Amino acid sequence: MSPTDSYTRFVNRPFGKQVAKTIGLPRPVPLRRHTQGDRLASGSILVIGESDAGNTVAEQLWAESYDVRRDPGLKQKFSAIIVAFDDAAHPSDLSERVLQVSAALRGLEPNGRVITIFRDPQDSSISSDANRIAVRHSVEGFTRSLAKEMRFGATTNGIILGQDVTMAAPAALAALRFFLSGRSAYVAGQFLTVSSSAGAVPADWDTPLADMVIVVTGAARGIGEAISETLARDGATVIGVDMPPAGEALTTVMNRVGGIAVQMDITDENAGNELLRMAEQRFGRLDGIVHNAGITRDKLLANMDAARWDSLIAVNITAPLRINEQLLAALGQGVVAENFRITALASTSGIAGNRGQTNYAAAKAGIMGMTQALAGQLAKTGGSINAVAPGFIETAMTDAMPAATREVARRMNSLQQGGRPVDVAEAIALFHTDAAAGINGTTLRVCGQSMVGK
Amino acid sequence: MTSTSTAAIAGGPLRPAVVLGGNRIPFARAHGAYAGASNQDMLTSALEGLVARFGLQGKALGEVVAGAVMKHSADFNLTRESVLGTSLDAHTPAHDVQTACATGIETVGGVANKIRLGQIESGIGGGVDTISDAPLAFNSEARELFMQLNRARTTQDKIKIALKLRPKHFAPLAPQAGEVRTGLSMGEHQALTTHHWGVTREEQDELAMHSHNNMASAYDEGFFNDLITPFRGLDRDNNMRPGSTLEALAKLRVAFGKQFGDEATMTAGNSTPMTDGAAAALLSSEEWAIDHNLPILAEFMDFEVAAVDFVNGKEGLLMAPTYAIPRILDRHGLSLDDIDFFEIHEAFAGTVLATIEALGDEDYNKNVLGRDTVLGQIDRSKLNVKGSSLASGHPFAATGPRIVASLAKMLHEKGEGSLGLISVCAAGGQGAVALMRGR
Repeated sequence: MSPTDSYTRFVNRPFGKQVAKTIGLPRPVPLRRHTQGDRLASGSILVIGESDAGNTVAEQLWAESYDVRRDPGLKQKFSAIIVAFDDAAHPSDLSERVLQVSAALRGLEPNGRVITIFRDPQDSSISSDANRIAVRHSVEGFTRSLAKEMRFGATTNGIILGQDVTMAAPAALAALRFFLSGRSAYVAGQFLTVSSSAGAVPADWDTPLADMVIVVTGAARGIGEAISETLARDGATVIGVDMPPAGEALTTVMNRVGGIAVQMDITDENAGNELLRMAEQRFGRLDGIVHNAGITRDKLLANMDAARWDSLIAVNITAPLRINEQLLAALGQGVVAENFRITALASTSGIAGNRGQTNYAAAKAGIMGMTQALAGQLAKTGGSINAVAPGFIETAMTDAMPAATREVARRMNSLQQGGRPVDVAEAIALFHTDAAAGINGTTLRVCGQSMVGK
Repeated sequence: MTSTSTAAIAGGPLRPAVVLGGNRIPFARAHGAYAGASNQDMLTSALEGLVARFGLQGKALGEVVAGAVMKHSADFNLTRESVLGTSLDAHTPAHDVQTACATGIETVGGVANKIRLGQIESGIGGGVDTISDAPLAFNSEARELFMQLNRARTTQDKIKIALKLRPKHFAPLAPQAGEVRTGLSMGEHQALTTHHWGVTREEQDELAMHSHNNMASAYDEGFFNDLITPFRGLDRDNNMRPGSTLEALAKLRVAFGKQFGDEATMTAGNSTPMTDGAAAALLSSEEWAIDHNLPILAEFMDFEVAAVDFVNGKEGLLMAPTYAIPRILDRHGLSLDDIDFFEIHEAFAGTVLATIEALGDEDYNKNVLGRDTVLGQIDRSKLNVKGSSLASGHPFAATGPRIVASLAKMLHEKGEGSLGLISVCAAGGQGAVALMRGR
């Protein structure tokens, strides 16, 4: 797996750039990714909208000494454009702010950010107000479309504020920081819904997972490896789990991140209890679990057999369900944290369906169902559960795809390139922070706004 | 230092040394899966697996003691070099031990003793061996010429000496598989003992079958999930044959003791093949284990070594454990009946069976061991219940830590106070035995 694919390297050299420009080929650029200590933006941030949300955001960023502008000005350059629509009552209210965005857009730097902020169209307090419901949906449509107009690694995403939630809520701030930073490199045209004001802002935004102990299944390689590294980078101690035959790779990863390696088959009836026992013995606590382990057994349904169907269901959905059940049964007994956080890997296949993956899509859609189902129970004690649905992520698995198929798959999204395992890991890490507690029961796509699905 | 009381070596009381766990790489038949791996590669990997299992990254341990039987002269600091290649703190000292197949018990025992004396709080006892990367040396004639060449001062002298070199000088000297003083291979020595004790082919084949099948079911039930870390594509011992049958074993031809004709019993099936591999066990004081939130599986109580006079034919080469076992049991006021698990290293099925025969033999007890009473019988249902060297293979120095780690887990599962006895025979007519107690 090359850090940047060869086509992207080609079109970022003078000759390649000229060729791509002349004949209208895609021109992906290397994406800005987060390293510890990075600022949220290197240049000016334009905050449009003199609303509650707009003002709160401007004040927050101002307090952290960002160069905040409230007006596009003339030929000004911006690292980010944040536009608040939280006070919009009718679609006709959008015009003024949208046109300000338009005026500023040409000044958006490569790898820049556009972030829309609006209120939840499903908010029950406006259930009979067609104008408000309409405008909130309008912002959603606007955001998705603008995301597709972005170039040079820039993205557009939206923050949705739930009933009574303001931009001062910890999770709203966490979402804003995520979208502004390089942590959201491969997230485009997506929304984070902040449904409550739960959570707490960390002492240090660079180590929001300090002191936490988090289990990562399938930690030996690929996305699981990146998740382990990212959680450890953000301060967590990782209990890395993988199948015994993957033990050598698991050892290497755990020794790199300072975690402990557990060789285990997660489909064992007692896997959850065993993990609990281990967490109790070694650390006396367990703060979260990442259900990352997964397998593929692709076959058209007409050719499907029991082995392919059953083994996939057992690993990809039955095991997470059973492990959650066993861990949550121990809630309130001192080891499993009150603010226990669960994340799981869904998939764009689970959202849009994929030929040859009836089993995989069934399991991954099940993961999203599990996420919605457990959200209420976890929220009662300050916990949360969320899923991340990766699109085309460059791993050993995609390296094994036929070259032409891979090349097409890579370009089928707004960023015109594949994502990296770390892009998925950043989203997972976000959901494990206490700051993000107000985001619960959601599925975030990390797909570069893939053309597949919603 | 976590201990606040005076160390035993400074006049304080002795304290227990406990086994927290272990790690090994799967053992591989020689010249196979690990053909390109050096002792250092394998030992480093076994240690790294242990570090990852117990979260020891960046920690300084009291000492790492390991060794190899087949060792390159360049590997004089094998263990220290391996430690430097791990994620352990570089402030972890290390030394090598080499005493044939008893190396692994000696490394663990040495670490345990230092812990008991209060000299160190934690340590690793390990062992590694490779047949696939065994040291080859120049023969003595060639070595003499090269030395002369080195001492020569003028170019003329150098040419004169160099011209003496002949193809025969480049024939390497392989390490001796046989005993230095008798010229007999270990298998031939054991064949004498096996025949002497009248151990039958059927008994040996049965022991071999149990070893393979016991180990295979231990794998299947996940027993080795926290004892083994895969290496170079291998996740199980590749010598192991699940579903071994007496019929298949009975078909094998005699390999050792052919001079006994119809009475020859030893085959490749009931003898352990040459193997590559490495193993390590983590030990500490109780305080250190508690401070680090690590599980205490068993106490390493004691170990004992013995030697026999095999050169003059007075005793079988691999019978030294029969001398050491009564001594260690007597020292602790224990009998064979008190033991819950016997781990008798299967150099050959005949070794295990001859050892059991001898310990239960009145004449041997009285006249050889000088005992008034017979030590007793070993309950076979307690013998090598998770398989042993006939199944896993036997990378000489790695066998001790393999057994220590597995036995510690078995004793822990059996419960507090359960007892285990280890017996390992070694070249040179030596042997080492050890006692462990479950926690």
